[in-house]
Amino acid sequence: MEKFTVLEAVAAALPTPDIDTDMIIRIERCVRTPRAQMGRWAFEMARYRPDGSEDPAFPLNQERFRGAQILVAAENFGCGSSREMAVWAIAGMGFRCVIAPSFGEIFYGNCFQNGVLAIRLPAPAVAGLLVQLGARSGPAKLRVDLPAQSVAAPGGTLHRFEIDPLRKKALLEGLDAIGMTFAREAEIAAWQAADRRRRPWVWG
Amino acid sequence: MALTLFDKVWNAHVVADLGGGNALLHVDRHLLHDLGGGKALAELAARGLRVRNPELTFATADHVISSAPGRTGGAHDWAQVLVDSLRLETRKAGVRLFDVGGDEQGIVHVIGPELGITQPGTLVVCGDSHTCTNGALGAIGFGIGASEILHVLATQTVEQCKPSTMRVRFEGAPPKGVYAKDLILALIGKIGMAGGVGYALEYAGAAVRTLGMEGRLTLCNLSIELGAKVGMVAPDETTYAWLKGRRFAPRGADWDAALAWWKTLPSDPDAVFEREVELDAGSLAPQLTWGTSPEDAIAVDATIPAAKPDALEYMGLAAGRPLAGTRIDRVFIGSCTNSRLSDLRAAAEVVRGRKVARHVQAWVVPGSVGVKRAAEAEGLDQVFLAAGFEWREPGCSLCVGANGELVEPEARCVSTSNRNFVGRQGPRARTHLASPATAAACALAGEIADVRGFLA
Repeated sequence: MEKFTVLEAVAAALPTPDIDTDMIIRIERCVRTPRAQMGRWAFEMARYRPDGSEDPAFPLNQERFRGAQILVAAENFGCGSSREMAVWAIAGMGFRCVIAPSFGEIFYGNCFQNGVLAIRLPAPAVAGLLVQLGARSGPAKLRVDLPAQSVAAPGGTLHRFEIDPLRKKALLEGLDAIGMTFAREAEIAAWQAADRRRRPWVWG
Repeated sequence: MALTLFDKVWNAHVVADLGGGNALLHVDRHLLHDLGGGKALAELAARGLRVRNPELTFATADHVISSAPGRTGGAHDWAQVLVDSLRLETRKAGVRLFDVGGDEQGIVHVIGPELGITQPGTLVVCGDSHTCTNGALGAIGFGIGASEILHVLATQTVEQCKPSTMRVRFEGAPPKGVYAKDLILALIGKIGMAGGVGYALEYAGAAVRTLGMEGRLTLCNLSIELGAKVGMVAPDETTYAWLKGRRFAPRGADWDAALAWWKTLPSDPDAVFEREVELDAGSLAPQLTWGTSPEDAIAVDATIPAAKPDALEYMGLAAGRPLAGTRIDRVFIGSCTNSRLSDLRAAAEVVRGRKVARHVQAWVVPGSVGVKRAAEAEGLDQVFLAAGFEWREPGCSLCVGANGELVEPEARCVSTSNRNFVGRQGPRARTHLASPATAAACALAGEIADVRGFLA
């Protein structure tokens, strides 16, 4: 997994609440599109008009947000289906960090599995960032510092964020979750041996 | 210390405490389906890894297969590729597959409980957010992503941060025309689609205790529409009676030992939940959604609220008007939410001796081969067919359209499924979530209708 330490990059604002993973990537794309091409189909229903052209009303189509690597979103971002393709699609668009007041929990976990840093900030802080990014005519950068657990807004305001220490370590070091659990094989084997005695019916 | 049902089952699965509220949990049951199962097994093999416990891993075809009568797999090449891959990879890995054409195929969250794979106190995961359904038996069930699927296949464990607990009490007795689906839609309407984020839910109260197992499965199924990964009901005599004798349920001395343990699982009387919510089931009317989120649920006789202009525009509705009387095009009775025998019975009770409105295309898609055969043995298929419904083959079908079965753009569908998101049933499709009985009533009326007028 790609490491994440400090990212200073253009940020895009997507102020709609409750964006679900069906909205982020349609089921047809999950079934029929190779992972490497999913970025093109992220937010497809809002991003493109029926004739296939970009819809200028969709925020991420604005020129100032092109090439953004940080996505600032609203409440409950990524709710709904467990499809990890939603993260692949967002990462495929170039995003490495998503900031929102709250996330769908499965989506939140899936972000970290793919080297994407999901940051929960208090609602007023996110609202402030959305206003700030929305008001600018040109691109604006945020500085996300994972070791310091902070987000610096364009004006310099610093927002601290909380993150699970395990997730932080895994991102900083680009750790492989399966490899880390393999190191606990003896514990798993011992647990299973004990469970076969404790709950033999589970093992049929 | 007093413990909740969730605490007890969680504690019984901790392989290692990882600190900070995180634990490495043992997975008792890992369910795979055709949307990602074949790919996951192939990728595991490509990495030189093997399935650690194939005997705890089960696969079925449900998402991409056709529901057309006579189907043998997917209706399209791109779907058949996934079915073929699941067949090949499960065979190579020694994982049991409930395939199309077999007696046990069905929607993953229907067959898990139905076959007794899911049992009280087990930990069940699947690459599908509606795995919370399994909690109805007193199991911890939750959806995982593609990376976690690989982790579970390789290690039979999953890393989780322990959530807070919330208890939802449904008190009172549901009136005529009000079912489990109405209870849970009303709850989502009350606390919102993010009301359960960060919580494991336990459903309790008189109206839950008197619900059958299948109603409880419906309740737990929509936990994720509250943002909660886990929803549970404490096991009781209803659970044990329903489970006993099912194919993978314990037998003989194993049953007795299991039962003794299961009876220790319900929350202690003085257990503390971080949040408590109560709803009076006795005061509810049949529910339907009007918008593009499950939280947009209102009573069938209510007027459409002046909220969410984007949702109103998408749905082609006007605020201040009654929802009832809105003309519909399609009805879908099915999905992991509402495709079990009791759901089909409730719908058939409404339909019997009546006709589907001429302009409505109405489908019944049973949740499993087991459900389908049981319904046919009671003659329910004939009730639906005589009324003008299509009686189809088990699978996810129109709930998510992963198999290519879709609602047409701007067509309006009353659906017993779980998500009315923008584009969920097809690009620009308009979905109204409802119970099977309400969906049946709408099919007959050709418009959104109050099922209470169709019940004796």
